[in-house]
Amino acid sequence: MRNVALILRRELASYFATPLAYVFILIFLVLANAFTFYVGDFYQRGQADLRPFFLFHPWLYLFLIPALTMKLWAEERKSGSIELLMTLPVKTWEAVLGKYLAAWLFTGLALALTFPIWITVNYLGSPDNGVIFASYLGSLLLAGGFLAIGSCMSALTRNQVVAFILGVVACFVLLLAGYPLVLDAFRGWAPQTLIEAVASLSLLTHFQSITRGVLEARDVLYFAMLIAFFLFTTTVAIDLRKAD
Amino acid sequence: MIKTEHLCKRYPSVTAVEDVTFEVRPGEVLGFLGPNGAGKTTTMRMLAGFVTPTSGRASICGHDVEREPLAARQCLGYLPEGAPSYGEMRVAAFLEFIAELRRLDGARKRARLDYVTERLQLSSVLDRPIETLSKGFRRRVGLAQAIIHDPPVLILDEPTDGLDPNQKHEVRTLIDEMAREKIIVISTHILEEVDAVCTRAIIIARGRIVADDTPLQLTSRSRYHNAVSLQLARSDQLEAARAAVAGLAAVASVEVSEREARLTALPRSGAMILQEVAALAASQGLQLKELHLESGRLDEVFRTITA
Repeated sequence: MRNVALILRRELASYFATPLAYVFILIFLVLANAFTFYVGDFYQRGQADLRPFFLFHPWLYLFLIPALTMKLWAEERKSGSIELLMTLPVKTWEAVLGKYLAAWLFTGLALALTFPIWITVNYLGSPDNGVIFASYLGSLLLAGGFLAIGSCMSALTRNQVVAFILGVVACFVLLLAGYPLVLDAFRGWAPQTLIEAVASLSLLTHFQSITRGVLEARDVLYFAMLIAFFLFTTTVAIDLRKAD
Repeated sequence: MIKTEHLCKRYPSVTAVEDVTFEVRPGEVLGFLGPNGAGKTTTMRMLAGFVTPTSGRASICGHDVEREPLAARQCLGYLPEGAPSYGEMRVAAFLEFIAELRRLDGARKRARLDYVTERLQLSSVLDRPIETLSKGFRRRVGLAQAIIHDPPVLILDEPTDGLDPNQKHEVRTLIDEMAREKIIVISTHILEEVDAVCTRAIIIARGRIVADDTPLQLTSRSRYHNAVSLQLARSDQLEAARAAVAGLAAVASVEVSEREARLTALPRSGAMILQEVAALAASQGLQLKELHLESGRLDEVFRTITA
């Protein structure tokens, strides 16, 4: 665990050593609020809740998270520092987890900085703060899922642009797995059980069920398994192809 | 001890390393020589556990690099080719990060950080991001992270690449000092470095070991070994001198450089011709600027073996 913590700390510091951290947080806050007020009709709805705020998180994450994760491993490969890291007495999973947790913690920080809107909605009315809290957790879990997918895509290539595009596509497919856009590709040839299995993988379905205010064990479990699966795949990808 | 047995690395399109077997003992400084692309870096990467061998085995201090990777890596200080590091990090933070991953703590960590900073003259750049440093400094930061935990085994891929002559000298002195109690493997294509720091040299060509000997023995394989070189004061004597030297029974052939007015007499195998050539020069009345015995030319051996 010591190695995980050391790598996490180094990664987190490296975000703030470059403009990346500040640009990311700024863009995230501006877009999250702009969507809420201009597209989500925060005022005109006349309801004291944060539904229009959380409604856009999946679509914001879809582009911002792969931008954050594209460098996780691709940059290590490109600069050659992966050779340094992987010849230190560090297990591959420790490095994978440390980098992932750093990215998650960072996203969590950006999310936490949206707190003024929570204060605002409490000032304007009396919202159900339990639902808002659950929605924040759901948003954090969704970000965690996207980050794990992005980490895996970054481990597959040394090119950050490729990692970004793969990340966006993979996140998009999993996001909409329960919708016709994805399911139609399976209908007609796949058995019904497979279609249902694919549909149950939909990130959006699980996210929406949490933002309705019901924090169910199966939704949390879904995100935990999704994250574990993609981090495991990242570890395997790094182990198999660290020198390529 | 470093031990490799029949180490091979094959890629779909090319065999990088083929059947490499050797052992290195404490006190030895092994120089890895070879043309670019010969397999030096791949061999070192397999020792460091970064590249998985297709077949064969390697161990560091008795720890197999594949079965006990962490134990093997803990015994090892490794400078990868090109001295990669995290460019955005400051030197001090970077070295501290490596030291902590190497399980150094408290006073011991402080002492080792101070030691490497002093030894590699990094104190003036501790607060600078690594990406803003010159090539020489980056290489020294790479060396510093390799030796920070005082490992019994050091593998350094081109440790002096990009350093100026003074810095090269410093690094060689450092290697010399550490050589007494450590096992050191360096790769280089600077042949003078082999003479300067190595007790043993392995030459690799097309993935195979083609020579494994002391630098002295390697040089003696040169056809210039025990050759006599003489430089004349007057270039008009060159032709007469060449004919006279070539006439000596023990001389196999004579090479002439007209620009320098220099003759190099190569002996028949095993013959010592210095006395004879000197006597001949005196009796022929040749005016000499210089007369010396050559020990051999490593670059010539290198070219002959790896061609």
